[in-house]
Amino acid sequence: MIDLFNRLFGKQTSSATAKERLRLVLLSDHLSLAPELVDKLKAELIEVLSRYVEVDRTKIEVNFEQHDSAIAMMANVPILSMHPPKVETPTHPGGGDAPKRPRRRRKRPTATSNPAPAS
Amino acid sequence: MTSGKGGVGKTTTTVNVGAALAKRGHRVILVDADIGLRNLDLVLGLEKRIVFDLVEVVEGRCQLKQALIKDKRFESLQILPAAQTRDKDSVTEEQFARVISDLAEMADFVLIDCPAGIERGFRNAIAGADEAIIVTTPEVSAIRDADRVIGKVSEKKLPVRLIINRIRPEMVRSGDMLSVDDVCEILSAELLGIIPDDEEVIDTTNRGEPIVLDPTKRLAIMYDKIARRIEGEIVPFSNLEARGFLDRLLGGLKAG
Repeated sequence: MIDLFNRLFGKQTSSATAKERLRLVLLSDHLSLAPELVDKLKAELIEVLSRYVEVDRTKIEVNFEQHDSAIAMMANVPILSMHPPKVETPTHPGGGDAPKRPRRRRKRPTATSNPAPAS
Repeated sequence: MTSGKGGVGKTTTTVNVGAALAKRGHRVILVDADIGLRNLDLVLGLEKRIVFDLVEVVEGRCQLKQALIKDKRFESLQILPAAQTRDKDSVTEEQFARVISDLAEMADFVLIDCPAGIERGFRNAIAGADEAIIVTTPEVSAIRDADRVIGKVSEKKLPVRLIINRIRPEMVRSGDMLSVDDVCEILSAELLGIIPDDEEVIDTTNRGEPIVLDPTKRLAIMYDKIARRIEGEIVPFSNLEARGFLDRLLGGLKAG
């Protein structure tokens, strides 16, 4: 997500790219978590937040930082409104017209099966 | 002296840091822990003088002192060569640690040149160590491997310091190479030294001469600084090794 925005807006130096890639890969090394799972974690995080507040998806930043042996996840999420959005963001093709708001919450992390707007 | 990845300059760094320490009057012993891939002797130009090796010491075929080779250019510099025709399984961690502790009684500093990788040879090499000096270059692969090694030596509770090798300041300035600060931040390790990329080191290695033999060489000054930091002196990082003000501030906060 962040990668995408960097690629769209302004060229990044290769050293900045290297740093970002290393951060992510070291994080997944430390967590024994594959990089795509980290991306998925970000996407689901945004999805969960969106159920409660309306967030500005274009300005969300999610970073992982390491301080000595501890890892911290820093999320910077601009909130547009405190009310949950009534309708799903229409920018993505939804899963048809059927009422989909209730019973969509699932405990298991199978977000890819939803038409997750953040993917 | 360890790195995880091969080819980042571990042996050259070991030789030159060791020679710089010896030049400052310390008794230094360099140990080639890369059994089967002996190279420290060659980089230091002592390859013709080897009689016994580390494995023969462990197996009791010779005395430890017989296997040590004195570097005549430095007086107080000696090396313990690795075996070339044996493999890493010839020595156990306990045997290795015993040799290192025996050497420690004969020297002020024992520098162990670790093999690449994180397997048996690496575990042997760190078995008797008190501190890990990580050598890395500003490349993604070297840094990732360095991170892995830092994790391994931290499990052993060894303090870790970092030497960043082959920095090219002009590439850092143009954003084409990770900076010293970037590398320190990514690895969250204390910096021990910075060695710029320099063609001279190829020439001196070809000849089997440590670059610190010639004190006018740019790199000789850098290795000498590392030696002084190992002694405990606080040697500021020079302009070439420049760190930003903010980073120094953050570094100070981290340290404190």
